[in-house]
Amino acid sequence: MNVLNLVKIAIKALLRNKSRAFLTMLGIIIGIASVIAMVSLGQSSTLSVREQLSGMGSNMIMVMPARQMRGGVNMGNSSAKSLDMKDLRALEQNTRYVAHVSPSVSTGAQLVFGSNNHPGQIQGVSPSYLDIRMYKLESGIMFTEEDVKTYNKVCVVGKTVVDNLFTNGENPIGQVVRFGSIPMKIIGVLESKGQNQMGQDQDDIVLAPYTTVQKRFMAITHFNMLFASATSEEESELAATEITYILRANHKIAEGEEDDFDIRTQEELLSTMSSVTQMLTMLLAAIASISLIVGGIGIMNIMYVTVTERTKEIGLRMAIGAQNRDIMLQFLSESVILSLIGGVIGIILGLILSYALSHILSWPYVVSQTAILVSFLVCAATGIFFGWYPAKKAANMDPIAALRYE
Amino acid sequence: MGNEILKITDLKRIFRVGNEDVHALNGVSFSVMEGEFVSIMGTSGSGKSTLLNILGCLDRPTSGDYCIDGVSVNTLSKRELSTMRNRKIGFVFQNYNLLARTTAIENVELPLMYNSEVSAKERRERAVEALKAVGLENRMQHLPNQLSGGQQQRVAIARALVNDPVILLADEATGNLDTRTSYEIMSLFQDLHDKGKTIAFVTHEPDIAVFTTRTIKLRDGNIIEDSLVETQSAAKALQEYKEFKI
Ligand SMILES: Nc1ncnc2c1ncn2[C@@H]1O[C@H](COP(=O)(O)OP(=O)(O)OP(=O)(O)O)[C@@H](O)[C@H]1O
Ligand SMILES: [Mg+2]
Repeated sequence: MNVLNLVKIAIKALLRNKSRAFLTMLGIIIGIASVIAMVSLGQSSTLSVREQLSGMGSNMIMVMPARQMRGGVNMGNSSAKSLDMKDLRALEQNTRYVAHVSPSVSTGAQLVFGSNNHPGQIQGVSPSYLDIRMYKLESGIMFTEEDVKTYNKVCVVGKTVVDNLFTNGENPIGQVVRFGSIPMKIIGVLESKGQNQMGQDQDDIVLAPYTTVQKRFMAITHFNMLFASATSEEESELAATEITYILRANHKIAEGEEDDFDIRTQEELLSTMSSVTQMLTMLLAAIASISLIVGGIGIMNIMYVTVTERTKEIGLRMAIGAQNRDIMLQFLSESVILSLIGGVIGIILGLILSYALSHILSWPYVVSQTAILVSFLVCAATGIFFGWYPAKKAANMDPIAALRYE
Repeated sequence: MGNEILKITDLKRIFRVGNEDVHALNGVSFSVMEGEFVSIMGTSGSGKSTLLNILGCLDRPTSGDYCIDGVSVNTLSKRELSTMRNRKIGFVFQNYNLLARTTAIENVELPLMYNSEVSAKERRERAVEALKAVGLENRMQHLPNQLSGGQQQRVAIARALVNDPVILLADEATGNLDTRTSYEIMSLFQDLHDKGKTIAFVTHEPDIAVFTTRTIKLRDGNIIEDSLVETQSAAKALQEYKEFKI
């Protein structure tokens, strides 16, 4: 018997018991819908994390001094002084995959303007810091290398700082604010970036030439950190390797010895973040697939009922020449069609559900083609797996006994 | 006489029930020639159905030989037995065994569905032909529950004819029908026989057996009589029956 006829017979048999077929499908529908919804929600959350992170500069690389261990005591990494001007120069000149480098030194102080004040952090960086962190100026200008050379007392501030200091709507550009006792002239205001994915306000920021902060505020010559950007996102690993190589050479670290600095690429952060969401996705999908198994058992149950109900029909088909294979395929196609229809409904439902949820959560909406394809295959497999034994039972019937069955 | 359609030699069929052996067939031998209309008679439990099932390749003998259309069945695999049933045998059952909610024409097409050599078009043509042969050309789209018992049995006969079998096997084909309808069905069988069909017909009613050409009587799994019959016309019997009733 050819496939088309088998499908026709199967559909006819299913239509004969519409409500029963639908109820049987329900398990599959729920299972597939929840798998699809879980997987695509998981993917949207990964995507939304990724979008936020790349908003911070997805090819950003951070270099921090390594934790200093002294006699087994962890001294933390802020006390380390391993990163200095020599490192910065080397990274500025000798790299292929590093686009920009900026040091970072920061200290906290009270910002004062007139009668307003705001507790803040002043961060000493180089002009390229804006490119690395993807900050944009809203108004005014960024300080220049010239300002860096002359320890100029200029700064660029974020929206939060402006809002707190200039409560009367003054134009902040050109105003002089005091940072502790040191007056600083505001020459630029940054575009607002909002919170990052850790909930930190990225607009509560004061940027000044690093030399100014080093000399005038902190009286140090080292850096707290180095920020760099790779030439492209794909090349961040290469850039990190390159930086490691240069810094090790600079710091005269012998082979086999540990680095005295830590390198973090944004890629790493991204992959830890997405591996967490992926784990969650997998977990949810695993839970959802349990309902798929329950659905499959439902199919198996109904197929056994169907086979028993149609014993006489099976006997007759055998008597007029159906092979065991024909009978087997007849019932298998019935269970496969049952689970495939359930699967298609489930996929549609899952897509609608994940669309609605990602809309509510204002996450990007992702249609996972893999999930759809896999669900489809899983449905076919479920139909075959759970339809197998009932179909086998049908195919192995003795025609005479089946014909006599009442 | 024509070819030997089937030949059985010393056929035995033993059922094992619990610890006891039931000898349903106890060494039966006979052959049927092309164009014969054989009735198989006997009391209940004498082994008629058992014999017919073996003749129809639904069951295998415990021992003994069975040849149908020159092929020895004993050596055939399960698959080959199915194919044998599909190509060489037409079954008619006491309770019709039509597929419910399936039109007459689709019921008749069914055996050809399992024959990949027959195209959809040819299948339909042959089914129409078979329904015409049993006089139901104007009931083709009817469902079984829209047909009388006699009509249902005609559909079943058409289904048995559609693959042009070498032998028609009928097990108590008139068992569920009243006298008049039985005569009609027997008259149909006689028509088919006149056209050259070989038929084996199980019945326990002597007044049905008279419409056949030869009777084999079984008792307890043995043949006790194998004789030619003075064949009567079922059409004539039907005519007389109608007149008598009026
Ligand atoms: N599957 C079976 N298992 C055990 N015994 C069986 C089986 N089939 C038939 N028999 C036995 O074989 C014998 C012959 O049965 P069979 O059905 O051939 O009789 P029959 O002549 O067709 O009777 P009836 O006229 O009532 O239909 C009976 O004694 C029956 O009990
Ligand atoms: Mg019987």
